[in-house]
Amino acid sequence: MEHDGFPLPSQITDVPGAENWRSMYQYFTRFQPDDDKRFWFYNSMHFPEPIPAFDSVTSEIPYQAIGANTARLFVFPTTLGIEHRIVNGRVYITANPVLDPAEIGRRAEVFGPRAGYYYENWNSLYEGWKERVRGLIAEIEAIEVPQLSEWEDASVVFESKGVAQNHYLQENFAKCLALYSKMWHHHTEMLMLGYGAYVVFFEFCNKAFPEISDQTVGRMVAGIDVIMYRPDDELRSLAKLAVDLGVDDLFTEGCAADDVLAGLEARGEAGGRWLDEFAKARDPWFHVSTGDGFYHHHLSWNDDLTVPFTALPGYIAAVRAGSLKARPTAQLVEERERIANGYRDLLTSDDEKAAFDQMLGLCRLVFPFVEDHKFYCEHWFTTRFFQKVRAFGALLAREGMIAEADDIFHLHHTEVDQALSDLALAWAAGTPPLGGAHFPPIIAERKRMLKVLRDWSPPPALGPVPEGLNDPAVRMLWGVTADRIQSWLHPDTEEMHGVAASAGIVEGVARVLQDVNEIGEIREGEILVCPVTAPSWAPVFGKIKAAVSDIGGAMSHAAIVAREYGLPAVVGTGDATKRIRTGDRIRVDGDRGTVRVL
Amino acid sequence: MTEFVLPLASADDPADAGGKGASLGELARAGVTVPPGFVVTVHGFLAAMAAVDPDGELRAEVEAVAATDLAAIARAAAGLRSRITATPLPSSVALAIESAYGALGAVPDEAALSVAEPDVAVRSSATMEDSAAASFAGLQDTYLGVAGAAGVLDHVRRCWASLYNDESVTYRRRLDMPERSLAMAVVVQLMVRPRAAGVMFTRSPVSGDRSVVAIEGTWGLGSALVAGDVTPDSFIISKITGEITGRRVGAKDRVHSFLPNGGGVAVSDTPASLREAPCLTDDEIRALSSIGRRVEAHYGTPQDIEWALLDDEGEPADRIVLLQSRPETVWAARAATPVAAPKARAADHVLALFGKPK
Repeated sequence: MEHDGFPLPSQITDVPGAENWRSMYQYFTRFQPDDDKRFWFYNSMHFPEPIPAFDSVTSEIPYQAIGANTARLFVFPTTLGIEHRIVNGRVYITANPVLDPAEIGRRAEVFGPRAGYYYENWNSLYEGWKERVRGLIAEIEAIEVPQLSEWEDASVVFESKGVAQNHYLQENFAKCLALYSKMWHHHTEMLMLGYGAYVVFFEFCNKAFPEISDQTVGRMVAGIDVIMYRPDDELRSLAKLAVDLGVDDLFTEGCAADDVLAGLEARGEAGGRWLDEFAKARDPWFHVSTGDGFYHHHLSWNDDLTVPFTALPGYIAAVRAGSLKARPTAQLVEERERIANGYRDLLTSDDEKAAFDQMLGLCRLVFPFVEDHKFYCEHWFTTRFFQKVRAFGALLAREGMIAEADDIFHLHHTEVDQALSDLALAWAAGTPPLGGAHFPPIIAERKRMLKVLRDWSPPPALGPVPEGLNDPAVRMLWGVTADRIQSWLHPDTEEMHGVAASAGIVEGVARVLQDVNEIGEIREGEILVCPVTAPSWAPVFGKIKAAVSDIGGAMSHAAIVAREYGLPAVVGTGDATKRIRTGDRIRVDGDRGTVRVL
Repeated sequence: MTEFVLPLASADDPADAGGKGASLGELARAGVTVPPGFVVTVHGFLAAMAAVDPDGELRAEVEAVAATDLAAIARAAAGLRSRITATPLPSSVALAIESAYGALGAVPDEAALSVAEPDVAVRSSATMEDSAAASFAGLQDTYLGVAGAAGVLDHVRRCWASLYNDESVTYRRRLDMPERSLAMAVVVQLMVRPRAAGVMFTRSPVSGDRSVVAIEGTWGLGSALVAGDVTPDSFIISKITGEITGRRVGAKDRVHSFLPNGGGVAVSDTPASLREAPCLTDDEIRALSSIGRRVEAHYGTPQDIEWALLDDEGEPADRIVLLQSRPETVWAARAATPVAAPKARAADHVLALFGKPK
């Protein structure tokens, strides 16, 4: 590096063997010459691996929704939207700050009443929000993928509908994208204000108690009754029920879900009762994604029962041993209040105490939304969205345009639209679609390129070091602070630095998992090292001794769950999954936020 | 009360026992372990000075010197010091000290374990309790590892003489303080043989944060830390969560230990294996911090504490003795500006933060 800072976007060269990566993404995702002047960071939290062509929709659409919310809808005074660029299959983002005081003032006038309205009516707005999002979920479920029967259904004629099914190929596919976009607008509707409340309270605490850790502030804020724990709680209940009903022998280490379910069918009333409860738990709680909803291969537990059936035998063994404990919710509430009151009592004036109560109250008001929206949006809706697109993929495969359903995810959504147009024409003409010759070589090349791109180590950031970081999400969600940028610039060769997310120091054997589908590999007492965790990783926290992640801030999922389980955790290390190998002995210092390979 | 000597546990009046003596007495009465000892009171000092400077002429001489005339200060102060250390104590004062010292070595009902001439620390205990006392504190002497009645009497006189060291006199002359009303008590305590010792602040000395306890420690006597012979280990503990949020192990290359039988303090190289090993375990850190919090609660204000950890068996809390506790002065003197005031609506805090240019 010739200058003081990160490599410039223009200095990033194509990964050899994947020079054609640009063909996967839209033209407007490419770095422009002027982008060298701005600071970008790699969003490895949401995009820890190279993104397949279709999956770039999970950056294209979210960022138009987030930016609309902060820049145009609530008019945050100091920040516009987040821009993204893709290079070598990785997503870099930057938040556009507003620096001109006059402009900030002009925006503040608009922001005040708009944000105030949402904060003041938060709970009733959140209730309405849930209704609207459940409506979107119902709509995406209801979309029909035309099956292109040989002849049009008679009803089209006798009810004079007038429109044949090939028309609905593109219309219904477009509807999937439109609903996905609407979901994302809902996703950000209240979220940025939620992060805003966090930033205010965190700043207050940092001023009043300069040595307080973000994790401790997080403990005062965290709600107890949040959806994120629910899928795991359901698994625990199901484990207990299996033992109570005497069907627990069917759940063995490494068991396949289908075999267990078939076994239960054959167990008469007891098996039936378990299956009934299982069915209840599945809807909606098993709509939890095995990832965080940014890749098509993040399936829900309902789509793929591997994760829950990997966790169940361990929970059942714990029930038998009498060691499966329910979350000590009363104790957690008491502890949270004890900490909050402890800090409150240290404030010297009644004015400060009153301000503390207001800010903490606001955080606790927004917390359920900030945590639970993920279940509705990234998990429930998004897994339904990808399943619907997969159904279009199955159609294209049946029509010989692609080899298998999941190949659709190697086409950009505009290319899928082209393929459907091709198919609509071919069905109408009575000839085979031409895509059968066109798409397979493109898909094969892209699959090959993604493998090559996987080995590229993206720099944590690009461009000059920024003057200020004004975006609430950038700090609270991604954990990008001035300190973090410094540690990226001057990496410690021996020690990895991250956010001290949950206190304690432990040494142990590392288990590096790239994906939640690998959680079956983890052994009791190992230290989890992963790119990022999401709620479906919860079963793993009962087994591990500590957690380390590449990405995340004090209020990220891994941080919140680790604190609750009392496990040391360091999140936001940047590259722990690259620097640590499974089997390494490591020391995790959750007090200081450091990880060391011993 | 006109006793020349008081048991430490009954020392309660700074005008009588000096600030350090009264504070150690208060700690002892509050249930905090302090090394056993006694106070040679202000009355002991005054009785001795009546023999040293019967008409107050010497002190009047010191008082007459101009604050800027350093040579004259040095001359007058040295004269007074040598008179204090050379003049035999009035026998009533000497007897009281000798008898209190003799009792220190006696272990009740364990004649075999009693020590005729125990090692003690002889520590100045000034009576000036105003804010100037803080900057004064470092100027008066403490002697570690003194043994034998004659040695104790000798070092008590040296403590008194330290009241007239050049720096102290210069300081008083600059403030034009009277010399005649000046007095000093002396604390005599059994020496402890600590595995580790150091200081503790019940707020962060760096940021003033009242939610943490900051501990610094080193191997052996805490004098190594005060003298700057080591980079101490430092630990930050949250008062609220009990978590140890800061932990820096220093290079503790030297260790101070006291030589028994009046041999004073020896400075030696720390064994290599201990130099960069933490001098406290997590349990000991937590036990220290909870004692610090108790003392803070007792006084109702953040404290600056000297502690020692004995090298015995047993729970950490039972092995900790405090050598001193006084109010923290640096941050206390700063005007605290409120971090935030309540607003009409909670949401206004967000509007205020995001509405202002960075």
